[in-house]
Amino acid sequence: MRRGWSKRRAQLERAKERAIELVIAACGVSAVVFVFAIIYFVFREAAPLLFGGLDLAQFFGSEEWYPDSVANKRYGALALIAGTASVTILAMAIAVPFGLGTAIYVSEFSTGRVKEVLKIVIELLAAIPSVVWGFVGLVALNPLIIGAFGTPVGLNVLNGAFLLGLMSVPIMVSIGEDALKAVPDTYREAAEAMGATKWQVTWRVLLPAARNGLLAAVLLGVGRAIGETMAVLMATGHAVHIPTSPLDSVRTMTATIAAELGETARGSDHYRILFVLGTVLFLITFIVNLTADLAIRGIKKR
Amino acid sequence: MNHATRILLGLTLVACACGKRQDAAKTVQVKGSDTMVNIAQAWAETYNGLKPEIAIVVSGGGSGTGIAAIINNTTDIANASRELKEQEIADAKNSTGKDVIQHTVAYDALAVYVHASNPIAKITKDQLGCIYGEDGTCEKWSDVGIEVPGCSGQEIVRVSRQSNSGTYAFFREWTVGEKKDFKLGSRDMQGSKDVVDLVEQTPCAIGYSGLGYKTDSIKVACVASNETDACVEPTIEGAVSGKYPLSRALYMVTLGEPEGEIKAYLDWVRGDAGQALVEQAGYAPLPQEKRVAAAK
Repeated sequence: MRRGWSKRRAQLERAKERAIELVIAACGVSAVVFVFAIIYFVFREAAPLLFGGLDLAQFFGSEEWYPDSVANKRYGALALIAGTASVTILAMAIAVPFGLGTAIYVSEFSTGRVKEVLKIVIELLAAIPSVVWGFVGLVALNPLIIGAFGTPVGLNVLNGAFLLGLMSVPIMVSIGEDALKAVPDTYREAAEAMGATKWQVTWRVLLPAARNGLLAAVLLGVGRAIGETMAVLMATGHAVHIPTSPLDSVRTMTATIAAELGETARGSDHYRILFVLGTVLFLITFIVNLTADLAIRGIKKR
Repeated sequence: MNHATRILLGLTLVACACGKRQDAAKTVQVKGSDTMVNIAQAWAETYNGLKPEIAIVVSGGGSGTGIAAIINNTTDIANASRELKEQEIADAKNSTGKDVIQHTVAYDALAVYVHASNPIAKITKDQLGCIYGEDGTCEKWSDVGIEVPGCSGQEIVRVSRQSNSGTYAFFREWTVGEKKDFKLGSRDMQGSKDVVDLVEQTPCAIGYSGLGYKTDSIKVACVASNETDACVEPTIEGAVSGKYPLSRALYMVTLGEPEGEIKAYLDWVRGDAGQALVEQAGYAPLPQEKRVAAAK
């Protein structure tokens, strides 16, 4: 009697276990399904135009973005691509030294309380919504840039890049710190035993050893910066223009999609060209993330 | 069933009940023109005071956004600060099988804004075309014959609106004609108020927006259709009489003849009560003969 009961109980437990495993597997697989569903959807909306008469030479080679012109529609995305590129590159010029420096400090130089507080505060930086960043750019940075550089308008590449730089710092710090932590302590001890100073250990031993992880940290930061929409929409001035200096206003691909998609009638050329832009964006971030992933794999293999 | 589950179940039931009650109240979706957001909100709030059971939900986004929503049948009423294009009317007919109806609800004067320190006395249509138009050559304020104090380099900073804006469409059509486009490189703002905010802070700037967004610390240019004409300051009276050249009608657009609550709301908006709010918001009300008599 007692034995039968416990056997049934064991069976029940096993069934429960299997059910939970199934649910968890479904969660895992769902991510894959979502990613592919999104790729399919974006591509499906873009495809009729992409394969049906879009002038790719114009799309990539001309800065004339007139999707709503009555007489002469032109879909030149060069200025938008240049806008995204310029903001991202300048953002990285700000974020890489800052983010990796912070990662090195948190991982190697700070201890105890300082380290804990720093980590929490940096995570807090990641929790600020991007529309709030945009607001900071609009209200705080705009007059500062006007005052400092004497430009007529402070909504420009520099403004957007500064915000994006700060926004990608947390991801760089957390992944960069993990990469440094992954370097075995024996490396540090061996270097210190040979009389190296702390900075020499970091510069000559840890950075080369953690190279791949740090590269991944930077690339994920780049991915974050390219895809960001709201902050750059508010802070870059939204002008279709190939920038010649960091003080020029630009318009990014993401901001264009966000600003224009709402007005387009479904299925129109304008609607489709925005999905083509989305496809290009997706390809860029996909390549960046893939490279980051391969770089991370590089550390693990060793 | 343990205690926690029981509480949860109870809460769910309450939530369902509340949800039902809210569904019973009728919602009317109004979407579109950013120029009209202020007045549309004022109408909605006042109307809600009269008929609390009707919720009028107003959102902006631009005339194009509202019209796209009508075409896709995702809103009850679209606000538009321009007339619908033939293509849009055909699209709406194709996708919903109904004809769109454009109800004139007010008039608006589109003001040309410059910084308070800008000395410009009169600006003509041709000058605006020269500044904004695709083949316009006016890049500096000296090209229109003035010098703006505090503007480094005297470069004209063009402030414009995004292409989903009815204000943009109307202004472009007036200045350079329907077939031509604007020069690239203007700062394209999201909303009517953003234009005024930016021009207010920027000595080099010029922008356009509804007269209703005027503040005390910005200058409104006096506009003339021709070099030879006297210029006209934008006023509500000028917009109603058509004397001010940059005036236009504001529309509320429905699919088919409005019925039920939507009709009641539109009639109220176009009646004396609704029109009284128009003037307070800085727009021009409908003349008496175009109003809808109060249904009583």
